[in-house]
Amino acid sequence: MTDQTKTGNAARQEWMGLLARAPEEELIALLDEIGALPRFQWIRHPEVGGVMVRGRIGGTGAPFNLGEMTITRCSLALQDGTVGHGYVQGRSKRKAEKAALVDALMQTDAAGDVRARVIAPLGQQMQTAKTTRAAKAAATKVEFFTMVRGED
Amino acid sequence: MYVAVKGGEKAIENAHAWLAEERRGATDVAELSIAQIREQLSLAVNRVMAEGSLFDPDLAALAIKQARGDLIEAIFLIRAYRTTLPRFGYTNPVKTDRMACDRRISATFKDAPGGQVLGPTFDYTHRLLDFKLAAEGEVPPSPKGQPRTDPVPHIADFLKDEDIIQDEPASDDAPADLTRQPMEFPAGRPLRLQSLARGDEGFVLGMAYSTQRGYARNHAFVGELRIGKVAVEMDIPELGFAIEIGEVELTECETVNQFKGSKTEPPQFTRGYGLVFGQSERKSIAMALVDRALRWQELGEDNLGAPAQDEEFVLSHADNIQATGFLEHIKLPHYVDFQSELELVRKLRRDAEARTTPQEAAE
Repeated sequence: MTDQTKTGNAARQEWMGLLARAPEEELIALLDEIGALPRFQWIRHPEVGGVMVRGRIGGTGAPFNLGEMTITRCSLALQDGTVGHGYVQGRSKRKAEKAALVDALMQTDAAGDVRARVIAPLGQQMQTAKTTRAAKAAATKVEFFTMVRGED
Repeated sequence: MYVAVKGGEKAIENAHAWLAEERRGATDVAELSIAQIREQLSLAVNRVMAEGSLFDPDLAALAIKQARGDLIEAIFLIRAYRTTLPRFGYTNPVKTDRMACDRRISATFKDAPGGQVLGPTFDYTHRLLDFKLAAEGEVPPSPKGQPRTDPVPHIADFLKDEDIIQDEPASDDAPADLTRQPMEFPAGRPLRLQSLARGDEGFVLGMAYSTQRGYARNHAFVGELRIGKVAVEMDIPELGFAIEIGEVELTECETVNQFKGSKTEPPQFTRGYGLVFGQSERKSIAMALVDRALRWQELGEDNLGAPAQDEEFVLSHADNIQATGFLEHIKLPHYVDFQSELELVRKLRRDAEARTTPQEAAE
């Protein structure tokens, strides 16, 4: 694997992960602002399924099956043949389709525009939500102190 | 034995129509939306996801609405739904040390690196009914502090550095999956944890409590309890690498328990582990206690004959859907069974009478 594909994969990993977790309404709203989306052909129509989520004993040990979660996946090809995959949490076929489209567009000349108008603002919104929660958690951080007992 | 019966279609249809009406309740009261249940009854939603063994808050909220708030019925609906889903695969094990913690406490170290973070807890509330909630009102935004951005290390890591706690060595062994193969005994720890993670909260709580009261006491400290979101990663064959496919909220509890030592090993703390979908604190602590009790053989402890040490007993009775299915089926028509019992009792009585009558005649 060349360095370039490594970076390519890492970048794709990042935007696909972002799309998987993104709130559907925000993703659709940002795409609507872009305007007409390119035509595509289905390679795999959106399908809803489950994946078994695993944990590790003690957080570090042997894996075990914790329980399932719902995901929706699909694959499509733009007219120039670029293939996009959508893997998103939940049961929205519409969101999976949009995620696959963005994944495909991010591999074309439109990448810069899509990154600036969809990926970056989505990432920012999600980061803000995460930081807000972390800030609320931080406000509940305590410093316990033990009372000195007479007999000690 | 249940024997199929025919008839009653009209009555069943009408019963279901009435059920729908009762579910809705008085129509001059606004109807609950799925979003309201998801956002405002989130701990009920979490329980349905944990015991339904499917992380999907909207589905769990729908199930609660459909079940009129009967959580075991809602769990039943989720379990039935999940069997219809094609299985796309298994995820990589979640990295709980990377959790974005809403809450993280330790009962063993007051100065735990990373701090004690209470999160949105019921602890330290006075458990007095708050009549303000009966009236509508805006909630003021909660205060904010300086957000922590680095991952919060596990407490067990610090004990491990000192080598005074039992290690949990990593492996990549594929664990048994009770949704694919029926449970067999001995189950092994991974399968036990899967079973406990989806087990009934009340049952697991009762079992855990029994260990605290002396039935296989193992003196647990909550080494760490954390609640928050973790990313879920899965290998995608068509990509050739793993991506995040979402995130789940989890509660993780690690207990630190009394020592084990042997001729070759110095005494060290042992561990129990609980991991549950959603904010499910009581369940995760209970799970960790029961996990620890079930490890008696592996840790060279005595079998005290306590229920919580009996893997077959615990795992066979932890599932509330199996339990309620078998329990509730006895209300269905058993006319043929009962008819045969009725015949039997009548015959026994006739025989008994036949034995006593000649004596009476002789007197």
